Amino acid sequence: MSDEKRESFSETEPHEADDLHLSVSRRRRVAPTLYGIMGEFNNPSDLVAAARRTYEAGYRRINGYSPYPIEELSEAIGFTRTSLPLIVLIGGIIGGLGGFFMQYWMEVIAYPLNVGGKPYNSWPAFIPITFECTVLVAAFAAVLGMLVLNKLPQPYHPVFNAPNFALATRDRFFLVIEANDPRFNHDETTQFLNTVGARNVSDVEI
Amino acid sequence: MADEPQNLGPIHHSTVPVVAPGLTFASVTDKISSIVLKRKTPLWWFLGFAISFILFQLLLLTITKLLFEGIGLWGVNVPVAWGMDILNFVWWIGIGHAGTLISAILLLLRQKWRTSINRFAEAMTLFAVAQAGMYPIMHLGRPWLAYWLFPYPNTMGIWPQFRSPLMWDVFAVSTYATVSAMFWFVGLIPDFATLRDRARSKPFQLLYGLLAMGWRGSARHWHRYEMAYLLLAGLATPLVLSVHTIVSFDFAVGIIPGWHATIFPPYFVAGAIYAGFAMVLLLTIPLRKLYGLENFITMRHMHNMAKVMLATGLIVGYGYVMEAFFGWYSGNHYERFMIWNRMHGPYSGYYWALILCNIITPQFLWIKRLRSNLLILWLISLVVSIGMWLERFVIVVTSLHRDFLPSSWGMYQPSTWDWTMFIGTIGFFFTLLFLFIRFLPMISIFEMRTILPEAEVEE
Repeated sequence: MSDEKRESFSETEPHEADDLHLSVSRRRRVAPTLYGIMGEFNNPSDLVAAARRTYEAGYRRINGYSPYPIEELSEAIGFTRTSLPLIVLIGGIIGGLGGFFMQYWMEVIAYPLNVGGKPYNSWPAFIPITFECTVLVAAFAAVLGMLVLNKLPQPYHPVFNAPNFALATRDRFFLVIEANDPRFNHDETTQFLNTVGARNVSDVEI
Repeated sequence: MADEPQNLGPIHHSTVPVVAPGLTFASVTDKISSIVLKRKTPLWWFLGFAISFILFQLLLLTITKLLFEGIGLWGVNVPVAWGMDILNFVWWIGIGHAGTLISAILLLLRQKWRTSINRFAEAMTLFAVAQAGMYPIMHLGRPWLAYWLFPYPNTMGIWPQFRSPLMWDVFAVSTYATVSAMFWFVGLIPDFATLRDRARSKPFQLLYGLLAMGWRGSARHWHRYEMAYLLLAGLATPLVLSVHTIVSFDFAVGIIPGWHATIFPPYFVAGAIYAGFAMVLLLTIPLRKLYGLENFITMRHMHNMAKVMLATGLIVGYGYVMEAFFGWYSGNHYERFMIWNRMHGPYSGYYWALILCNIITPQFLWIKRLRSNLLILWLISLVVSIGMWLERFVIVVTSLHRDFLPSSWGMYQPSTWDWTMFIGTIGFFFTLLFLFIRFLPMISIFEMRTILPEAEVEE
């Protein structure tokens, strides 16, 4: 998008001829370490195709960024399993058992009260609250589980440094190959991203 | 309607698309976020907000007076100890149910049309539940001790009585409010990120940035996010059904004729959805027009909502017929008298107005031409909202005012303060709603992107 001009991204430090001198290199700020290399795509199909080829090329520490959930994308980068359903199940079980035995303990053990001659453990009357507690704890498990697994809140992340990344919440699609991937090689990976159709391939600094 | 885009052709439910053709990721994002970020706040917003805020003051005034004088301020007394406070509680919480139905149940049923209206409907749910929750608390007599309802270790050494439907209600409504708020917030996270990246001013960047929690649209995040959202929908679906079921238990577990009926849970749930859809229509028809959202909320939505309203209205109608039938077929003297009293007693006007509003009026929705006329649809929704209020009046008041012993019969008249409280909650509801449409995206931006044609991944 031409109207989304951002300041250009300086990816390398200026190298001076006398750079080898100790006095000069001490003045130089420490070179930023690399998070990865990122390329842009204009549409989801290109991103998914590129992500597939990246995965097939043997890269594993890759990630895609899109303005909306794309099922094929997480498959393409080899991320298909999440323990979230298990967390929610455990949450639901804890909520259900906790809800029931909370009532049992209060009505039978801690404060037995004869209400209309009903048994202390009038379990059918405890079911509605048991159900509500199940849903409540399971819902908390779903929301907090999702946030914790996603390591959110995380106000800073290197990808926010990438050019045009503000468009990841509008209409732009991004693919990043992280520097800690075993197959990562700065020049080769940059070249590779160019061959799979990425535009504006650039380094992402930590 | 004249406000429809020309290229949509004749209005037919199967040919009208969920979103108008020609929309793109960029245009959807810019249009919805500009309502919050760029567009000048329209004059009608200030006007509407001011009126709502003034009415909201009535609520605060009433509550203040209530705290000083006690619930004698209201018209409730023996035998009608549950009056406007409980019927308004049920009315408000019922309205909330359409939001959860749209956001959760229609998600599970893969109804794409829900996408343009779910955010708004969820907000409506939250704000309606906030109004509903106030009533039982204010009705406690000593509202400052409302926390006694929750089981917490206390120096008195006592615990709540969990065999009472009123305790079930505490858990159902508080769980419902909590889960609805979480569902709503989770749905907003990616949109907060969109607003963070679009906002021009520092305070808004900071505000939306904090709320977005660093959301960046990572594929791994989306995967877990979608799973969490789906699971929440799966949890909210039985929850919403349970809430109004439990609200109906407040009545059905009692032995008062007119309350003690097994049909109450399904009949209450259908009534809640009926009232809720009426409220969604009542609010979206003007909003869609005022913000020019016809491309997002198309006639398809209007037709579908009208049909849901008609269907649930018929279930509610069946409920009324069965109530009368049970009354007669039970052979029970008191049950028969209750039905007779509803139809011919001192409150019979309310009963027949209810039949007119809730059973006869929605029948016009069978006719496609009337369904397509937004003014008529809006008026029908208004009538249904009033009808559902009358229904709760009939259930609460006519059942209580003449029970078993003629010596304990009485009449109920809402006091002025009953009305100021009710009007005040309407003011509070609209105050929250106006703030919502001004500061948050009223249509889910990221979900709108998913239903655009360009979102299809071609392999």
